[in-house]
Order: sequence, then structure tokens, then C-alpha cells
Amino acid sequence: MNGERGTSEKKEMTMLQIENLHARIQDDGTEILKGIDLTIRAGEVHAIMGPNGSGKSTLAHVLSGRDGYEVTAGRVLYQGKDLLAMAPEIRAREGVFLSFQYPVEIPGVANTYFLRMSLNAVRKHRGLPEIDAMDFMELIEGKAKLLEMEDALMARSVNEGFSGGEKKRNEIFQMAVLDPKLAILDETDSGLDIDALRVVATGINALRSPERAMLVITHYQRLLNYIEPDVVHVLADGRIVKTGDRTLAHLLEEKGYGWIEAEGAAAGTTAAVAKG
Amino acid sequence: MSSQNPVLEELTSQEYQHGFVTDIASDSFPPGLDEGVIRKLSAIKGEPEWLLEWRLKAYRHWLTMKEPTWAMVHYPAIDYQKIVYYSAPKTQKDGPKSLADVDPELLATYEKLGVPLEERAILAGVAVDAVFDSVSVATTFREKLSEMGVIFCSFSEAVKSHPELVRKYLGSVVPQGDNFFAALNSAVFSDGSFCYIPKGVTCPMELSTYFRINQANTGQFERTLIIAAEGATVSYLEGCTAPKRDTNQLHAAVVELVALDDAKIKYSTVQNWYPGDREGKGGIYNFVTKRGKCAGKRSRISWTQVETGSAITWKYPSCVLLGDDSVGEFYSVALANSFQQADTGTKMIHIGKNTRSTIVSKGISAGHGQNTYRGQVWIQKGAEGARNHSQCDSLLLGAHCGAHTFPDIQVKNSTAQLEHEASTSKIGEDQLFYCRQRGLSNEDAVSMIVNGFARRVLKELPMEFAVEAQKLLGVSLEGSVG
Repeated sequence: MNGERGTSEKKEMTMLQIENLHARIQDDGTEILKGIDLTIRAGEVHAIMGPNGSGKSTLAHVLSGRDGYEVTAGRVLYQGKDLLAMAPEIRAREGVFLSFQYPVEIPGVANTYFLRMSLNAVRKHRGLPEIDAMDFMELIEGKAKLLEMEDALMARSVNEGFSGGEKKRNEIFQMAVLDPKLAILDETDSGLDIDALRVVATGINALRSPERAMLVITHYQRLLNYIEPDVVHVLADGRIVKTGDRTLAHLLEEKGYGWIEAEGAAAGTTAAVAKG
Repeated sequence: MSSQNPVLEELTSQEYQHGFVTDIASDSFPPGLDEGVIRKLSAIKGEPEWLLEWRLKAYRHWLTMKEPTWAMVHYPAIDYQKIVYYSAPKTQKDGPKSLADVDPELLATYEKLGVPLEERAILAGVAVDAVFDSVSVATTFREKLSEMGVIFCSFSEAVKSHPELVRKYLGSVVPQGDNFFAALNSAVFSDGSFCYIPKGVTCPMELSTYFRINQANTGQFERTLIIAAEGATVSYLEGCTAPKRDTNQLHAAVVELVALDDAKIKYSTVQNWYPGDREGKGGIYNFVTKRGKCAGKRSRISWTQVETGSAITWKYPSCVLLGDDSVGEFYSVALANSFQQADTGTKMIHIGKNTRSTIVSKGISAGHGQNTYRGQVWIQKGAEGARNHSQCDSLLLGAHCGAHTFPDIQVKNSTAQLEHEASTSKIGEDQLFYCRQRGLSNEDAVSMIVNGFARRVLKELPMEFAVEAQKLLGVSLEGSVG
């Protein structure tokens, strides 16, 4: 279920390479990311944890190309290409998928229609022929089952009137269909009860593969009980202040984020330390 | 969040696709209007004396009237003496005969507009009356329809071949003096479509009229009259386009529908008159009076409109629910982009017992467009058990457009039940980003969101035209951001 692990296999292709990334909010100039360095290889699952306001979601937004942020320094390479130079839809077509913390409702647009349009945009970009409605229904059948997406949910308007759990299941279902190379999961566990969390996590784990990298952003370690990360980073005040293996997540759960901040202050360092 | 998007700027400058001019010799009146013009028009058409008198009565009444100012539309005063009231292709002087006689230049024009007039097998589901400037130039499938007793021809021809029907119903729904523009139309209407579905007949194909304005400075004043006799059913569609010009042109039409006992009329419009350029220069002034009378018991009249064109749209397709248990429906999508102004809505007049009406209005505003919904629901004293449900939704794209709603509800019978729902929303950055993160281009995303917003109305259109209307909505405002 958990697929391959690739932490130590340096020969794996570098999927995402973030170097000294600084970003601020366009409107008021507040600096949120203050020099992020992070490398993720194909097959790896990295978790980013951190207290509220540490810059977790900003990182997800900057990587996916959302308006409203300005990158002031650093660069991001995705499969060796300049990610920040690409429009959001090009990033998506190139295989970057963001599972939204708050999936958006689109009234009057059927869930399956939306996803087929989306898949065809991706396929076209990859030089594949567009897929028709019949073949599409066949393609999504198994994936819908995996995420327990009932027929009624598929026919309804995108996310309209969906429960929190249904929205998150829909996100991972979309990810399963679009088959991205890099999946960024932004607070996928927020607002989920334990049953919904299990379904979503099962879906995510089924999508782990040697060709795919995942960046799991979460406030709580709860999700990481289901999705075991290869590497855990702790983000505080716009910097990665600690990196370790999954035991780091447990340590955080036990001691709280205050511990990191206290330790960081004591050591007077911002560099990544522990390595598992 | 910023409201400006370069893609929006680029895409809202989409070229109007039907803006070409057909180079064809025409016989036109000089500009201007007086009784002489009306007499001349009536003479050209070989009209009976009663119709000339009817026109003159309308004209004299019009002279006493003032242009209405209550609508949320602003435009410089129209000089009615500068308008040409009649213009017809020279080759069409004697009116339409068989398709073989139609000027090839005209056939080519309609082909280019996507409305081929040949009776091809593939288009067998739709009969077309083609109105070019002031006259009808061709009507297809007439023989096939007449086998079932359906009369479908130009208005001028109906005056000659079915004068008793025309005389009985003309002005029976929209009286000559109903309003300023209806009175003007009654005085100078030059042609239009006529349709009669006899008792018990379900019309075997969609009927449609395609209106084309070609000549400069010419007003188009057409009149459509549709009568569905007891138990008859018909679905009718109209489409409209015009060349791109810097000057404004007036289109003032009247449509009258009559439904007798158990008759059903479905009237759909895809209005794509030239909307003017991005600065608001040129475009059609569309002042139209459309009204249906559910005269019979259990009759039903349903209006569906997709209004994407015109510099100004002023129209309120309405239903007079006279017969007991009759039903009126109004489904509308109106779009105002650039400097377009749309003031549109409906009137549902409940007179009979247990009459029901449904109003679904979807207004979309972009650029500097102003979109107004204006609706009246009147429940008269005798309308025991009347019901109405109204839903008015507005969607805003961008920071410079406007949406306005003026509902007017008057109830004089305490057994009536009415509901009114309204909403205003903006296409959000969130929605657009969500779509783009899934690989959709900005323009595809806007088109998808707008079509989703309008879906409830679009699905009321006949299949053949629903697809067309969806594309039109996409082309007309792709790329706007809220």
C-alpha cells in the first residue's frame, strides 16, 4: 500500500528543488517565506508541519502559482524547469497538482464534466488525444470506487453542497484521475472526521509511486499516522527550522511547536538539523 | 485581490463574428417618417385598406406619445427622421417565391451566418423564415408544413393569403398604443413571420425566423404573430445578427403569441445583434415588445431568451394568463459586456384561476456593462389559487460593471402564493484559480463558470440551439475576472 520509499536513493530524479525562496504578499509587502530550501525526489513523500502563520499555505500557493504573492528571491526548479515562470494552468498540465485546503464550488458545472475538461487539458498538453465521455466514465470507475465517490456525487455540481469529507475525497479523486507528478496536499486532513480521514488517506497511499512525489502540508501529526512521510520538515516564521524522519512528527505532537521555537532561539540557528 | 487580468483585456476584445456587410443592391426609402411614408409602404406591400388605416391610427397615436425613460438605459436621443423605414434587396421586390428564385448573394449570406436556407436533410428539423432588412426573403419547408395544415410564411404574405386570421389576431395581444416602440412598429412594420398551428396539431419541426439587418441607417421593424389553436403545440426560435457599424441602428419589433385551450407555445430567442465596439461605439438599439396571451384554459406559453448582443436591450417578454389553469414561463440569460446596457425581464399577469408562472432570470455583467432585471408579477382579483416562483441571479465579472434588480409584485387575491429568490455573486479569483490549477485556461474557466451559472436557462433551449448559445456566451465574454 505504501509503495516505494526513496529517501536514501540519491539517484532518483529530482522532482522539486526549492532554493532560498523568499516571497511576500503583494498587497501589503509582508514577507512570509524567508528563505526556503527543499529538495524532493521522485517517489518521496515529504511532510511540512508548522504552527499557524508559519507560511505553510503560502508555500503551497506560491508553488501552484496563485495570484497575490511576489517572489523576491530564490528559485524553484520542477523536473529541472523554472516552475515560477509557468502560468498556473501550465504547471497543472506539467503535472503539479494542488489539493486545496478549501475546495471551491462551481455551481451548474457537473463534477464529471469539470474533471473531463481538466483531464483533456492535461492530455492535450502531453500530446495525447482527448478522451470522450464514454471512455472517460470507464477510466474513472475504479478511482471513484477507491475514494467512495457515489454516482450522485459525480453528477452534482463541483463541490456544491458537498460536506467537508466529500470535498476532500473529491480532491484526491481528481488527483487520482489527473495522475500528477508532484502532488501538494494542503491541509487535506482539516475538517475531516476519522472515517473520512481514513478514506482520503487510503486514496493518497494508493497513489504513492516511484514516479510521483508528494508534499503533505499539515498542522497536525494525525494525518501522518496514515500517510507515513519519508521526511518531515518543520516550518516556522517562513523558514524550515528542522528536518527529520517521521519520528520528528511524533516529537512535535508530544512537545508542541513551542519546543521548536525555543530550541531554535537557544541554538540561534535557522538551519535544518536532525537527519534520520 | 487584484481585479485586473491581462487575459481578460485580451479576450473581451473578441471580434464580433457576424459583422460583415452583404454587397447587394437595395431599394430604400429616403430617411424620414410621415403619413406619406406609411401610405407608400402599405402600397408597395399591396395591403388592404383596413391595414393601412390600422397603421395610420397607430402612427397618429405614436405622435402623441413620449419615449419611455424609466428603463436603466442611457443613450442620445434618437432622431426618428433620420431613420430609413424601408429597405429591400432589389431582387426580392416581389417577395419570396420558391427557394430557387432567391438571390444567390442572399443565400450565401445566410450560409455564412450558419443558417443555410436549403432544405437539406440534415436541417430537416428546422424550418426558417429569413428576414433581410425590411423583407422576408425565403421561408423553407412550407409545403411540408402545409400538409399538416401549419401555416408558416412571411407576414406580408399572410396579409394576402390569410387576411381573416391576421385581422382577427393582429394587435390582440399588443395593442397599437401599448407603448411608444410598439406604436411605432404598428405604424411602420415592414414584414416578419406569421405562424398558425391548427387544432390538435403538434408542429413536426422547429419553426424559426432569422433576422438580419444589412443596410446602414435602416431600422428594422418586424412583427411576428403566432397562433396555436386548441390543443396545438409549437416550438419557435428566432436569431438575429447585424453588421459592425459605428452608428447605432434601431430595431423595434413586436411579437404576439396567442394560445387557445390546451395549446402550448415555446418561444426561444438567441439575440446576437451587433453590440457595439469596446468603447461603446455603434451597435443595435433593441427595443422590443413581446407578449403572449394564454387565452385558453390549460394553455402554456414559455419564453426562453439568451441575450448577448445589442448596445441597448429593452425587452420584457410577458404572459397574460387569462385562461384558467394556464401557465407562463420566462427563462432568461442576459449578458452585458463592454458598454452594453440590458434592461430586460418579464410581466406575468395572472387573471384566470389557478394560473401559474415561473421566472428564472440570469444576468451577467462584464466590462462596463449594466444589466437590469425588471419584472412584474400581478395577481388580479379573480386569480384564485395563482402561484408564481421567481428567481433572479446576477453574476458580476470585473469591477466596473453593474447589476440591478427591480421586482414589482402586486397581489389582489389572498389565495395567491408567490416566492421570490435573488442572488448576486462575483466570479471569484478562487473559482478561476481552482479551474486553472486543474489545467483549464483562463478563458475556458470563465466560459465554464458562466455556462454553469446559466445552465438552468440554457437547458430550456431546443437541443440544436443550446450548444450554439453556450458557445456564444463563451465568445461574448471569455476571460473576465471578479
